[in-house]
Amino acid sequence: MVIYGVALLSFCMLAGVFAGDLLGDLIGVKANVGGVGIAMLLLILLSNLTHQRYKLSPITESGVNFWNAMYIPIVVAMAASQDVIAAVSSGWMAIIAGVAAVVAAFLMIPVLARFGKGGRADA
Amino acid sequence: MPETLADVLRGNALITAFVFVGILVWLSYLLSAKLTRGKLHGSAIAITIGLILAYVGGALTGGSKGLADFSLLAGVGVLGGAMFRDFAIVATAFGADLDELKKAGAVGAASIVIGVVLSFVVGAIVALAFGYTDPVSVSTIGAGAATYIVGPVTGTALGAESGVIALSVAAGLTKSVLVMVGTPLVASRIGLDNPHSAMIYGGLMGTTSGVAGGLAATDPKLVPYGAMTATFYTGVGCLLGPSLLFLAVRAVL
Repeated sequence: MVIYGVALLSFCMLAGVFAGDLLGDLIGVKANVGGVGIAMLLLILLSNLTHQRYKLSPITESGVNFWNAMYIPIVVAMAASQDVIAAVSSGWMAIIAGVAAVVAAFLMIPVLARFGKGGRADA
Repeated sequence: MPETLADVLRGNALITAFVFVGILVWLSYLLSAKLTRGKLHGSAIAITIGLILAYVGGALTGGSKGLADFSLLAGVGVLGGAMFRDFAIVATAFGADLDELKKAGAVGAASIVIGVVLSFVVGAIVALAFGYTDPVSVSTIGAGAATYIVGPVTGTALGAESGVIALSVAAGLTKSVLVMVGTPLVASRIGLDNPHSAMIYGGLMGTTSGVAGGLAATDPKLVPYGAMTATFYTGVGCLLGPSLLFLAVRAVL
Protein backbone atom coordinates (compact mmCIF):
# COMPACT_ATOMS: atom_id res chain seq x y z
CA MET A 1 0.00 0.00 0.00
CA VAL A 2 1.14 3.52 -0.78
CA ILE A 3 0.85 4.60 2.84
CA TYR A 4 3.49 2.02 3.84
CA GLY A 5 6.02 3.84 1.68
CA VAL A 6 5.01 7.27 2.96
CA ALA A 7 5.06 5.99 6.55
CA LEU A 8 8.50 4.42 6.08
CA LEU A 9 9.84 7.68 4.67
CA SER A 10 8.27 9.69 7.51
CA PHE A 11 9.58 7.30 10.15
CA CYS A 12 13.10 7.60 8.72
CA MET A 13 12.92 11.39 8.75
CA LEU A 14 11.64 11.60 12.34
CA ALA A 15 14.18 9.07 13.58
CA GLY A 16 17.01 10.87 11.77
CA VAL A 17 16.08 14.34 12.98
CA PHE A 18 15.71 13.00 16.53
CA ALA A 19 19.15 11.39 16.31
CA GLY A 20 20.55 14.66 14.90
CA ASP A 21 19.15 16.63 17.83
CA LEU A 22 20.55 14.15 20.33
CA LEU A 23 23.92 14.31 18.60
CA GLY A 24 23.79 18.12 18.82
CA ASP A 25 23.04 17.95 22.56
CA LEU A 26 25.81 15.42 23.01
CA ILE A 27 28.51 17.64 21.54
CA GLY A 28 26.94 20.73 23.04
CA VAL A 29 25.78 22.74 20.02
CA LYS A 30 22.40 24.35 19.50
CA ALA A 31 21.86 22.75 16.13
CA ASN A 32 20.74 19.55 14.51
CA VAL A 33 23.82 17.58 13.50
CA GLY A 34 23.23 15.67 10.28
CA GLY A 35 19.67 14.65 11.09
CA VAL A 36 18.58 14.58 7.47
CA GLY A 37 21.74 12.72 6.48
CA ILE A 38 21.10 10.07 9.14
CA ALA A 39 17.50 9.78 7.92
CA MET A 40 18.78 9.24 4.36
CA LEU A 41 21.14 6.48 5.47
CA LEU A 42 18.33 4.85 7.43
CA LEU A 43 16.04 4.91 4.38
CA ILE A 44 18.75 3.42 2.17
CA LEU A 45 19.40 0.65 4.69
CA LEU A 46 15.73 -0.18 5.33
CA SER A 47 14.82 -0.15 1.65
CA ASN A 48 17.74 -2.40 0.78
CA LEU A 49 16.90 -5.20 3.20
CA THR A 50 17.32 -8.19 0.98
CA HIS A 51 15.21 -10.67 2.94
CA GLN A 52 12.14 -11.52 0.88
CA ARG A 53 9.85 -10.78 3.81
CA TYR A 54 10.95 -7.14 4.00
CA LYS A 55 11.11 -6.40 0.26
CA LEU A 56 9.09 -3.34 -0.63
CA SER A 57 6.31 -3.92 -3.13
CA PRO A 58 6.21 -1.59 -6.17
CA ILE A 59 3.11 0.12 -4.77
CA THR A 60 4.84 0.75 -1.45
CA GLU A 61 7.83 2.13 -3.34
CA SER A 62 5.57 4.55 -5.18
CA GLY A 63 4.78 6.18 -1.83
CA VAL A 64 8.47 7.11 -1.51
CA ASN A 65 8.99 7.85 -5.17
CA PHE A 66 6.18 10.39 -5.23
CA TRP A 67 8.03 12.55 -2.71
CA ASN A 68 11.28 11.96 -4.53
CA ALA A 69 9.62 13.38 -7.65
CA MET A 70 8.17 16.31 -5.67
CA TYR A 71 11.69 17.38 -4.78
CA ILE A 72 12.13 19.96 -7.54
CA PRO A 73 8.72 21.65 -7.08
CA ILE A 74 9.43 21.86 -3.35
CA VAL A 75 12.83 23.42 -4.03
CA VAL A 76 11.15 25.93 -6.36
CA ALA A 77 8.70 26.82 -3.57
CA MET A 78 11.67 27.11 -1.21
CA ALA A 79 13.40 29.52 -3.61
CA ALA A 80 10.21 31.59 -3.86
CA SER A 81 10.04 31.96 -0.08
CA GLN A 82 13.65 33.00 0.58
CA ASP A 83 14.52 36.32 2.14
CA VAL A 84 16.23 37.56 -1.05
CA ILE A 85 15.73 41.19 -0.05
CA ALA A 86 17.78 40.72 3.11
CA ALA A 87 20.51 39.05 1.07
CA VAL A 88 20.89 41.85 -1.46
CA SER A 89 20.03 44.96 0.55
CA SER A 90 22.27 44.66 3.59
CA GLY A 91 25.32 46.31 2.12
CA TRP A 92 28.41 45.23 0.29
CA MET A 93 30.24 43.54 3.09
CA ALA A 94 27.67 40.77 3.57
CA ILE A 95 27.36 40.24 -0.17
CA ILE A 96 31.11 40.12 -0.73
CA ALA A 97 31.58 37.74 2.21
CA GLY A 98 28.90 35.41 0.81
CA VAL A 99 30.17 35.58 -2.77
CA ALA A 100 33.82 35.07 -1.77
CA ALA A 101 32.93 32.01 0.31
CA VAL A 102 31.09 30.46 -2.63
CA VAL A 103 33.87 31.19 -5.12
CA ALA A 104 36.50 29.73 -2.79
CA ALA A 105 34.42 26.58 -2.30
CA PHE A 106 33.80 26.16 -6.04
CA LEU A 107 37.55 26.41 -6.69
CA MET A 108 38.21 23.82 -4.00
CA ILE A 109 35.94 21.13 -5.49
CA PRO A 110 38.25 19.95 -8.32
CA VAL A 111 41.20 19.93 -5.92
CA LEU A 112 39.46 17.69 -3.37
CA ALA A 113 37.85 15.53 -6.05
CA ARG A 114 41.29 14.62 -7.37
CA PHE A 115 42.52 13.78 -3.89
CA GLY A 116 39.75 11.33 -3.14
CA LYS A 117 40.27 9.43 -6.34
CA GLY A 118 43.81 8.48 -5.40
CA GLY A 119 45.71 11.47 -6.72
CA ARG A 120 45.45 10.92 -10.44
CA ALA A 121 48.12 13.30 -11.63
CA ASP A 122 46.67 14.90 -14.72
CA ALA A 123 43.06 16.05 -14.99
CA MET B 1 -17.22 36.66 -6.10
CA PRO B 2 -13.54 37.66 -6.00
CA GLU B 3 -13.72 37.68 -2.21
CA THR B 4 -15.13 34.17 -2.20
CA LEU B 5 -12.35 32.98 -4.52
CA ALA B 6 -9.71 34.60 -2.34
CA ASP B 7 -11.22 32.91 0.71
CA VAL B 8 -11.07 29.53 -1.03
CA LEU B 9 -7.42 30.06 -2.01
CA ARG B 10 -6.49 31.26 1.47
CA GLY B 11 -8.43 28.51 3.19
CA ASN B 12 -6.63 25.85 1.15
CA ALA B 13 -3.18 27.38 1.22
CA LEU B 14 -1.13 24.28 0.53
CA ILE B 15 -3.36 23.22 -2.38
CA THR B 16 -3.09 26.74 -3.83
CA ALA B 17 0.67 26.38 -3.60
CA PHE B 18 0.57 23.12 -5.59
CA VAL B 19 -1.27 24.90 -8.42
CA PHE B 20 0.99 27.94 -8.27
CA VAL B 21 4.24 25.98 -8.27
CA GLY B 22 2.87 23.66 -10.96
CA ILE B 23 2.22 26.59 -13.27
CA LEU B 24 5.60 28.13 -12.45
CA VAL B 25 7.45 24.89 -13.23
CA TRP B 26 5.41 24.35 -16.43
CA LEU B 27 6.25 27.88 -17.63
CA SER B 28 9.92 27.39 -16.80
CA TYR B 29 10.19 24.15 -18.76
CA LEU B 30 8.41 25.84 -21.66
CA LEU B 31 10.94 28.70 -21.55
CA SER B 32 13.78 26.20 -21.30
CA ALA B 33 12.60 24.33 -24.40
CA LYS B 34 11.63 27.33 -26.56
CA LEU B 35 14.23 29.95 -25.60
CA THR B 36 17.30 27.90 -24.73
CA ARG B 37 16.45 24.68 -26.63
CA GLY B 38 16.91 22.76 -23.41
CA LYS B 39 20.41 24.14 -22.76
CA LEU B 40 19.42 25.85 -19.54
CA HIS B 41 17.67 23.29 -17.35
CA GLY B 42 13.95 23.97 -16.73
CA SER B 43 14.44 23.57 -13.00
CA ALA B 44 17.29 26.12 -13.04
CA ILE B 45 14.93 28.62 -14.68
CA ALA B 46 12.16 27.76 -12.20
CA ILE B 47 14.46 28.30 -9.22
CA THR B 48 15.74 31.59 -10.64
CA ILE B 49 12.21 32.84 -11.31
CA GLY B 50 11.31 31.72 -7.78
CA LEU B 51 14.13 33.82 -6.33
CA ILE B 52 13.13 36.84 -8.43
CA LEU B 53 9.52 36.48 -7.27
CA ALA B 54 10.80 36.17 -3.70
CA TYR B 55 12.61 39.49 -4.17
CA VAL B 56 9.45 41.10 -5.56
CA GLY B 57 7.40 39.64 -2.71
CA GLY B 58 9.84 40.95 -0.13
CA ALA B 59 9.93 44.38 -1.77
CA LEU B 60 6.14 44.69 -1.91
CA THR B 61 5.23 43.26 1.50
CA GLY B 62 8.31 44.15 3.55
CA GLY B 63 8.26 40.63 4.98
CA SER B 64 11.04 38.07 5.18
CA LYS B 65 9.38 35.08 3.52
CA GLY B 66 9.39 36.20 -0.11
CA LEU B 67 6.21 35.37 -2.01
CA ALA B 68 4.82 33.57 1.02
CA ASP B 69 4.18 36.93 2.68
CA PHE B 70 1.25 37.44 0.30
CA SER B 71 -1.62 35.89 2.22
CA LEU B 72 -2.89 34.23 -0.96
CA LEU B 73 0.45 32.47 -1.41
CA ALA B 74 1.17 31.59 2.22
CA GLY B 75 1.08 27.92 1.18
CA VAL B 76 4.23 28.41 -0.89
CA GLY B 77 6.02 29.02 2.39
CA VAL B 78 4.64 25.77 3.80
CA LEU B 79 5.53 23.74 0.70
CA GLY B 80 8.99 25.32 0.55
CA GLY B 81 9.57 25.27 4.30
CA ALA B 82 12.12 23.15 6.13
CA MET B 83 9.66 20.30 6.83
CA PHE B 84 8.77 19.47 3.23
CA ARG B 85 12.26 20.32 2.01
CA ASP B 86 13.89 17.84 4.37
CA PHE B 87 11.18 15.26 3.67
CA ALA B 88 11.82 15.44 -0.07
CA ILE B 89 15.60 15.39 0.43
CA VAL B 90 15.29 12.18 2.46
CA ALA B 91 13.10 10.71 -0.30
CA THR B 92 15.86 11.34 -2.87
CA ALA B 93 18.06 8.90 -0.95
CA PHE B 94 15.76 6.12 -2.18
CA GLY B 95 17.65 5.98 -5.47
CA ALA B 96 21.11 6.48 -3.98
CA ASP B 97 23.87 3.95 -4.32
CA LEU B 98 25.27 2.89 -0.95
CA ASP B 99 28.60 1.87 -2.51
CA GLU B 100 29.11 5.35 -3.99
CA LEU B 101 28.44 6.86 -0.56
CA LYS B 102 30.97 4.54 1.07
CA LYS B 103 33.62 5.19 -1.58
CA ALA B 104 33.46 8.97 -1.15
CA GLY B 105 32.76 8.80 2.59
CA ALA B 106 36.20 9.81 3.88
CA VAL B 107 36.85 12.65 1.45
CA GLY B 108 33.22 13.73 1.87
CA ALA B 109 33.66 13.99 5.63
CA ALA B 110 36.94 15.85 5.20
CA SER B 111 35.27 18.26 2.80
CA ILE B 112 32.80 19.30 5.53
CA VAL B 113 35.55 20.44 7.89
CA ILE B 114 37.55 22.03 5.06
CA GLY B 115 34.38 23.76 3.84
CA VAL B 116 33.56 25.24 7.26
CA VAL B 117 37.11 26.47 7.84
CA LEU B 118 37.45 27.82 4.29
CA SER B 119 34.18 29.80 4.42
CA PHE B 120 34.97 31.07 7.90
CA VAL B 121 38.45 32.28 6.93
CA VAL B 122 37.21 33.94 3.74
CA GLY B 123 34.34 35.64 5.60
CA ALA B 124 36.67 36.77 8.37
CA ILE B 125 39.12 38.27 5.87
CA VAL B 126 36.29 40.21 4.22
CA ALA B 127 35.19 41.46 7.65
CA LEU B 128 38.75 42.62 8.38
CA ALA B 129 38.93 44.32 4.99
CA PHE B 130 35.79 46.27 5.89
CA GLY B 131 37.34 47.52 9.10
CA TYR B 132 36.07 45.10 11.74
CA THR B 133 38.84 44.35 14.19
CA ASP B 134 37.26 42.84 17.30
CA PRO B 135 37.46 39.03 17.34
CA VAL B 136 33.77 38.58 18.17
CA SER B 137 32.49 40.51 15.13
CA VAL B 138 35.08 39.01 12.80
CA SER B 139 34.20 35.48 13.97
CA THR B 140 30.46 36.09 13.68
CA ILE B 141 30.72 37.36 10.11
CA GLY B 142 33.11 34.54 9.23
CA ALA B 143 30.61 32.06 10.66
CA GLY B 144 27.85 33.71 8.62
CA ALA B 145 29.85 33.01 5.48
CA ALA B 146 29.48 29.33 6.42
CA THR B 147 25.67 29.32 6.66
CA TYR B 148 22.99 31.69 7.88
CA ILE B 149 22.44 29.39 10.85
CA VAL B 150 26.09 29.08 11.89
CA GLY B 151 26.42 32.90 11.89
CA PRO B 152 23.72 33.72 14.48
CA VAL B 153 24.51 30.64 16.58
CA THR B 154 28.16 31.72 16.80
CA GLY B 155 27.28 35.38 17.28
CA THR B 156 24.84 34.61 20.08
CA ALA B 157 27.31 32.32 21.81
CA LEU B 158 30.03 34.99 21.66
CA GLY B 159 27.74 37.89 22.57
CA ALA B 160 28.02 39.78 19.29
CA GLU B 161 25.85 42.85 18.73
CA SER B 162 22.63 42.35 16.80
CA GLY B 163 23.73 44.42 13.79
CA VAL B 164 26.69 42.12 13.26
CA ILE B 165 24.48 39.06 13.65
CA ALA B 166 22.11 40.47 11.00
CA LEU B 167 25.09 40.93 8.67
CA SER B 168 26.17 37.34 9.26
CA VAL B 169 22.67 36.14 8.32
CA ALA B 170 22.81 38.28 5.15
CA ALA B 171 26.19 36.80 4.20
CA GLY B 172 24.78 33.30 4.61
CA LEU B 173 21.66 34.15 2.60
CA THR B 174 23.79 35.60 -0.20
CA LYS B 175 25.77 32.39 -0.22
CA SER B 176 22.70 30.17 -0.43
CA VAL B 177 21.11 32.23 -3.23
CA LEU B 178 24.35 32.27 -5.20
CA VAL B 179 24.85 28.52 -4.81
CA MET B 180 21.33 27.91 -6.14
CA VAL B 181 21.84 30.09 -9.20
CA GLY B 182 25.55 29.56 -9.81
CA THR B 183 25.91 25.80 -9.52
CA PRO B 184 24.41 24.83 -12.89
CA LEU B 185 26.52 27.52 -14.57
CA VAL B 186 29.86 26.24 -13.31
CA ALA B 187 29.04 22.53 -12.84
CA SER B 188 30.81 21.25 -15.94
CA ARG B 189 33.90 23.38 -15.35
CA ILE B 190 34.45 22.10 -11.81
CA GLY B 191 33.69 18.49 -12.70
CA LEU B 192 30.41 18.34 -10.79
CA ASP B 193 28.92 15.42 -12.75
CA ASN B 194 29.33 12.35 -10.54
CA PRO B 195 28.36 11.21 -7.01
CA HIS B 196 31.95 11.56 -5.80
CA SER B 197 32.31 15.26 -6.61
CA ALA B 198 28.69 15.89 -5.55
CA MET B 199 29.53 14.70 -2.02
CA ILE B 200 32.55 16.99 -1.92
CA TYR B 201 30.43 19.84 -3.27
CA GLY B 202 27.82 19.32 -0.54
CA GLY B 203 30.49 19.29 2.14
CA LEU B 204 32.26 22.39 0.85
CA MET B 205 29.12 24.48 0.26
CA GLY B 206 27.19 23.32 3.28
CA THR B 207 24.10 25.43 2.80
CA THR B 208 21.33 22.81 2.63
CA SER B 209 18.93 25.01 0.66
CA GLY B 210 21.69 26.20 -1.68
CA VAL B 211 22.90 22.67 -2.34
CA ALA B 212 19.33 21.38 -2.71
CA GLY B 213 18.54 24.06 -5.28
CA GLY B 214 21.90 23.97 -7.02
CA LEU B 215 21.90 20.22 -7.60
CA ALA B 216 18.22 20.17 -8.58
CA ALA B 217 19.09 22.63 -11.33
CA THR B 218 22.21 20.70 -12.37
CA ASP B 219 21.34 17.01 -12.18
CA PRO B 220 18.67 15.72 -9.76
CA LYS B 221 20.41 12.32 -9.65
CA LEU B 222 23.24 13.93 -7.69
CA VAL B 223 20.97 15.39 -4.99
CA PRO B 224 21.25 12.60 -2.40
CA TYR B 225 25.05 12.65 -2.48
CA GLY B 226 25.40 16.42 -2.05
CA ALA B 227 22.60 16.63 0.50
CA MET B 228 24.11 13.86 2.60
CA THR B 229 27.28 15.82 3.38
CA ALA B 230 25.61 19.23 3.44
CA THR B 231 23.29 18.25 6.28
CA PHE B 232 26.26 17.70 8.58
CA TYR B 233 27.87 21.03 7.73
CA THR B 234 25.74 23.34 9.86
CA GLY B 235 26.26 21.13 12.91
CA VAL B 236 30.02 21.06 12.40
CA GLY B 237 29.99 24.83 11.83
CA CYS B 238 28.07 25.47 15.06
CA LEU B 239 30.59 23.27 16.83
CA LEU B 240 33.75 24.90 15.43
CA GLY B 241 32.60 28.53 15.07
CA PRO B 242 32.26 29.67 18.68
CA SER B 243 35.11 27.42 19.85
CA LEU B 244 38.24 26.56 17.85
CA LEU B 245 37.73 29.10 15.08
CA PHE B 246 36.97 31.95 17.49
CA LEU B 247 40.04 31.08 19.57
CA ALA B 248 42.13 31.09 16.39
CA VAL B 249 40.81 34.54 15.45
CA ARG B 250 41.48 35.87 18.94
CA ALA B 251 45.01 34.50 18.81
CA VAL B 252 45.69 36.22 15.48
CA LEU B 253 44.11 39.62 16.21
